[in-house]
Amino acid sequence: MLLAAADARAQPDPRPGSAGRPAAELRWGGDAEGGAPFVEADPNDPTRVVGFDVEVASVIARGLGRTPRFVQVAFTSLDAAVVRGDFDVGLSGLEDLPARQARLAVTIPYYEFREVLTVREADRGRFRTLDDLRGRRVATLGATLAYELLIKAQAELNVDPVIYEDDVHPYSDLALGRVDAVVLDQVLAERGARRNPGLVNQDAKLAVGHYVGILAPTNAGLRDRINAILRQAMRDGTLEAIFRRWGMWNEDQPRLYARMTGADTIAPVSIPERGAAALSRTEALALYLPALLRAAVITVMLSCLSMALAVAAGVLVASGRVYGAPPLRAVLTMWVEVTRGTPLLLQLFVLYFGLAAVVQLPAFAAAVVGLGLNYAAYESEIYRGALEAVPRGQLDAARTLGLTERQTFVLVRGPQAFRLALAPMTNDFVALLKDSSLVSVITVVELTKQTQIFAANIGSWVVPGAMCALLYLALSLPLARVARRIEKGWRRG
Amino acid sequence: MTAVLAIRDLQITRGPRVIVEQASLSVARGELVALMGESGAGKTTMLRAVVGLEPFAAGDVDVDGVHLAANGLPRGRTLRALHTRVGIVFQFHHLFAHMDALHNVWLAPVHVLGQPRAAAEARARDLLALLGVDGVAHSMPHELSGGEAQRVAIARALAVDPPLLLLDEPTASLDAGRREALAATLRHLAAQGRGVLIATHDADFARACRSRIVRLALGRLV
Repeated sequence: MLLAAADARAQPDPRPGSAGRPAAELRWGGDAEGGAPFVEADPNDPTRVVGFDVEVASVIARGLGRTPRFVQVAFTSLDAAVVRGDFDVGLSGLEDLPARQARLAVTIPYYEFREVLTVREADRGRFRTLDDLRGRRVATLGATLAYELLIKAQAELNVDPVIYEDDVHPYSDLALGRVDAVVLDQVLAERGARRNPGLVNQDAKLAVGHYVGILAPTNAGLRDRINAILRQAMRDGTLEAIFRRWGMWNEDQPRLYARMTGADTIAPVSIPERGAAALSRTEALALYLPALLRAAVITVMLSCLSMALAVAAGVLVASGRVYGAPPLRAVLTMWVEVTRGTPLLLQLFVLYFGLAAVVQLPAFAAAVVGLGLNYAAYESEIYRGALEAVPRGQLDAARTLGLTERQTFVLVRGPQAFRLALAPMTNDFVALLKDSSLVSVITVVELTKQTQIFAANIGSWVVPGAMCALLYLALSLPLARVARRIEKGWRRG
Repeated sequence: MTAVLAIRDLQITRGPRVIVEQASLSVARGELVALMGESGAGKTTMLRAVVGLEPFAAGDVDVDGVHLAANGLPRGRTLRALHTRVGIVFQFHHLFAHMDALHNVWLAPVHVLGQPRAAAEARARDLLALLGVDGVAHSMPHELSGGEAQRVAIARALAVDPPLLLLDEPTASLDAGRREALAATLRHLAAQGRGVLIATHDADFARACRSRIVRLALGRLV
């Protein structure tokens, strides 16, 4: 073992593909959004990244005789990206999960962490373990060990899991009172408590997990060389120095390193006794189908309510722009342009997180309001065009018959405009159905998010992706049919 | 004969342009008047002023006792009174495209006069029968021929039983035989005691209606 490590240090990369390059590179993938202490942009030079994973990557690269090069990949896409060959090794606080072991080549663990519970100071005595949180909202990050822990607690203790896409907002929402606790690893928990005064981490250890590096399953040779380098770094104190620098060194690590350098192996941690990856395809399907169907119901409810809001607000805005006084028209025009001209994702963030200090909308309500108002801008343009497309002559005729302005709108102009608007509206409804997947950034678990979780847990996109696509089609195709039938009915008169 | 329409010294301008100048004209109950002139002479504009769609710069317009003032469109009580006293048939009919012929006719009696739907519908059927188009009562406007659409539009204008009926270029979409039939219909409507004012450039039609002819040239009555 020692010899192998020495070899790895001494020899340059022998792969034929890199022979032509003067100094071969080690492309390593991570997500700089994960921030310190993992990987973050250097505050002094944003083009560089710093963090303990950056230093671990340097140790590995040095051992291989290569130059490290950072490849930015979104956290939830790291597994898929390494299989695609976007980088050689992924290091970004990646947990040792059964799904990873089953699908990827995984290095030995280089850090041991505990899953801990974070609560508000006032609840320190009340919420000590997950048992104390029956029926309460508990936040975590999707596709993590902590997530599996919460799904198990949901079934056994009726805990209500709230899934975030990042590890910053669970803590800020805990401070705001939107959730009652956060379950994440102690590295994130310590950072969360540091950034949000009034939060405390409970001592109880909910589970133990490990950070590992991931490689493509075809890259087991490189994985073995990296393992040798990591073992050497454990023996000679290189890793200890890195973790001490980042304030992460504790008594758990020497024990882990002793086992690793003793050629001991450690099983990946899975919270349900049998990990999803160990299940057969059909078993996995049976396990996740109910969750996918529930998520599809959320998507339908969300889309219908948002569309209803979009139509109602769109009619009001269009009416204001057609009938209103010039100042009102100017204000509404500006609102439409700003709403259409900025990303929906940004609007959702501002609505849910940005305005949290002023108004704390529940996630589902914020999703309906965000999607609804965004689409209202598009709907209002459709209705305005449709209203203006109704021939003036008919409006003159209505006036000479004695219909009031309001009656003309309700009886003559509105119904005809609605017919003109129906086809583009159907189009928008289908688009909204799919855009509703964006609300997962504000913790609403809808169809796409559930699929992502499903895919991450079984380590493959094929079955979950196909099921998700089928469900979306099952929702959107009937819509188009209904619209066609209504139009046909109108043509017949 | 009492005048159901009296126009005195009417002047209509659009910006610096004078459309109608110093026009005076009256229509009595039971009388057919043809307002003749070339295209662009201001005939349509005059009719639009009488039904309250076009403001006028100076002069007086009196519709069966409802007085319209210069500068500004009629509103409120004046407007409501005006609509029960005058009906108009536009050159292109402007039927409501999303309603069948019958619905076009009973719409105003129900929503403006507040008549019960059944009664309004029965009267609408009678009007369509009177005009010979009861066979298309349930057809949509886009399914009607030009002549049928015009008759439905006449029925719609008569639905609130106004004493004055205006028609703008009614022969534009009709062949000779239909022109004759329309003239007979209008004579019949006048004989019931209505004043009928027809804007047209068709001298044969004006004669067929046996109407009094008033000429409008370059915005002036001659």
